[in-house]
Amino acid sequence: MAAINWFKFSSPHSFYPLAGRMMPWFLAASLLLSIVGLYVAFFVAPTDFQQGESYRIIFIHVPAAWMSMFIYLVMAGWAGAGLVFNTRLSGMMARALAPTGAMFTFLALWTGALWGKPTWGTWWVWDARLTSELILLFLYIGFLSLTAAIEDERRADRAGAVLALVGVVNIPIIYFSVVWWNTLHQGASVSLKSAPKMATTMLIGMLLMALAFWMYSIAAALLRVRSIIREREPRAAAEV
Amino acid sequence: MLAAQSLQCVRGGRHLFENLSFAVPGGTLLRITGANGAGKTSLLRILCGLLLPSGGEVLWRDAPIRQQREDYWRELRYIGHLAGVKDEFTAEENLVFAAALSGIDIKSAAAHAALDQLGMGKFAHLPVRMLSQGQRRRVALARLALPDSNAALWVLDEPLAALDTDATDCVLSLIDARLAAGAVVVMTSHQPFSVAAALHSISIPV
Amino acid sequence: MSIWASIVQRDLRIAWRRRSDALSSLFFFVIVVSLFPLGVAPEPSTLRLMASGVLWVAALLATLLSLGRLFAADHLDGTLEQMLLAAEPLWLVVTSKVFAHWLTSGLPLVLLSPLMGLQFGLEGDEIAVLSGALLLGTPVLSLIGSIGAALTVGLRAGSVLLALLVLPLYIPVLVFGAAASGAFASGLTVTPHFSILGALLLASMALAPLATALALRISLE
Repeated sequence: MAAINWFKFSSPHSFYPLAGRMMPWFLAASLLLSIVGLYVAFFVAPTDFQQGESYRIIFIHVPAAWMSMFIYLVMAGWAGAGLVFNTRLSGMMARALAPTGAMFTFLALWTGALWGKPTWGTWWVWDARLTSELILLFLYIGFLSLTAAIEDERRADRAGAVLALVGVVNIPIIYFSVVWWNTLHQGASVSLKSAPKMATTMLIGMLLMALAFWMYSIAAALLRVRSIIREREPRAAAEV
Repeated sequence: MLAAQSLQCVRGGRHLFENLSFAVPGGTLLRITGANGAGKTSLLRILCGLLLPSGGEVLWRDAPIRQQREDYWRELRYIGHLAGVKDEFTAEENLVFAAALSGIDIKSAAAHAALDQLGMGKFAHLPVRMLSQGQRRRVALARLALPDSNAALWVLDEPLAALDTDATDCVLSLIDARLAAGAVVVMTSHQPFSVAAALHSISIPV
Repeated sequence: MSIWASIVQRDLRIAWRRRSDALSSLFFFVIVVSLFPLGVAPEPSTLRLMASGVLWVAALLATLLSLGRLFAADHLDGTLEQMLLAAEPLWLVVTSKVFAHWLTSGLPLVLLSPLMGLQFGLEGDEIAVLSGALLLGTPVLSLIGSIGAALTVGLRAGSVLLALLVLPLYIPVLVFGAAASGAFASGLTVTPHFSILGALLLASMALAPLATALALRISLE
């Protein structure tokens, strides 16, 4: 196998044009997948016999929740790589991903509330998963505010990286504590655990939407990393 | 003994210097000159290992300082533009603590003697809060007068600024003595000075 | 004397000479705790139910308030920079600073908690559980908090930012700490809670100083 020098693309200079070339494809894929996914969600998937039509919000809610957690992991991965290899691009990628991750977390919470109202008659339940999602939003907000508060870009990247890694170590502990807390107060809240059995078309719709969100996240991160490079290293961006 | 290999420093998007290399043997004074904002303090902080260079390497006894860490710092004494003394403590307490951080155990009598050398003996038991800026500076510099056989590298950021003639002479004689003992001294200074030992000078271009 | 001991001694001496600082976060704790009965209702049953939660949240906030002292002053006068050049690993320096911080902020809260428990009408053994949980939990708060304090040292919006960074990470301690009292009240054993708090303490003792040391090096570049 021909050895590809991956580190070549770790320099903003060579990544900038690459990101520019890839971005439209991911955006197009995301649009296409959303159209198909939403079609499946609204016209193909059967009506739920318990919840009626309102359940269809899970086609947004569940993939958004998946993405919110996954993006944090990817962010922490970039952050760790940045600290170990001291590459500039890693910090930029982590910071480019964070707003998208926060957006999906917010979307998951918002759609969760919208789903909760018709289903359980309340906008918010202190369910383990919803609570963890809320805490995840706090972690994203912490990352975004810390990196925004530091003027020196290198310090911002590296401090953000430490925070993201600390967060990633804590997420399982926080999740565990919240689940445990929730089972302790089971009587007081409604559990989301008894999810209805899923039809295959529902699953397909959800997976399509998840893929669409994936493509969107990549496109958004690439777009954002390009503007970060333009801002910080005008030279790298201009020579293309 | 101390060497820099093609150091590069980028701060806040500004390229301060690149391709800066030098090597100085023991017993040499390295004077760093350059205009304001040229990156003198950044270079000193890179030599201390406080600031990671954007490129290049600092070598101490032929090994990168990144790998030596505490072993390197045990031999390094850095006096930056912040005095590094606590307001709540007396001058003497400050010296004893500063020595402890460098891994040397001194008695308060030794601290008192060091303060005496810089003309601060009679203020040794006053909280530093009550001293003037110039006097605080002397308390910081009194670290150089401590009995400290480990110190093989002094990095001093403008040690002569805001000192009167007596104190300047005292600091210069301390530097001379340390150089004679085979140490390397790196310093910046706006005012002219002379030492007995070999002087090596590098200038950071703007 | 070892570096570890001299830093603990130094920080305790500074805390003693500036004892009003440590006292004000302690009074903050007392005032916050005393506000709850005024805000909710002074009914004994309600108060007893919420006592542990209130004390824990107040302890979290009081710790947060005192975290500003951990590195900020040392950063301003340059002594923190000297600690980064110490002859011992920085994480060791960090553990001694955090230990001194806990002695002057966390431990007083633990010692004061029985009194606050009485305010909420708790019985002797309930107080013992509450204070015991605080004794295990407050060092975790200092340890995790030190990471946030190191990340925000020298920043303009430092103190508000510190709260944003640190409070979400305090949730497991809050959950298990407060739940110990709940479990005891419903007649269950508190061993699992104390074991988990102990595990959190050990894990944060092992990991937090490393993260704090790294964060300090980044912040002081």
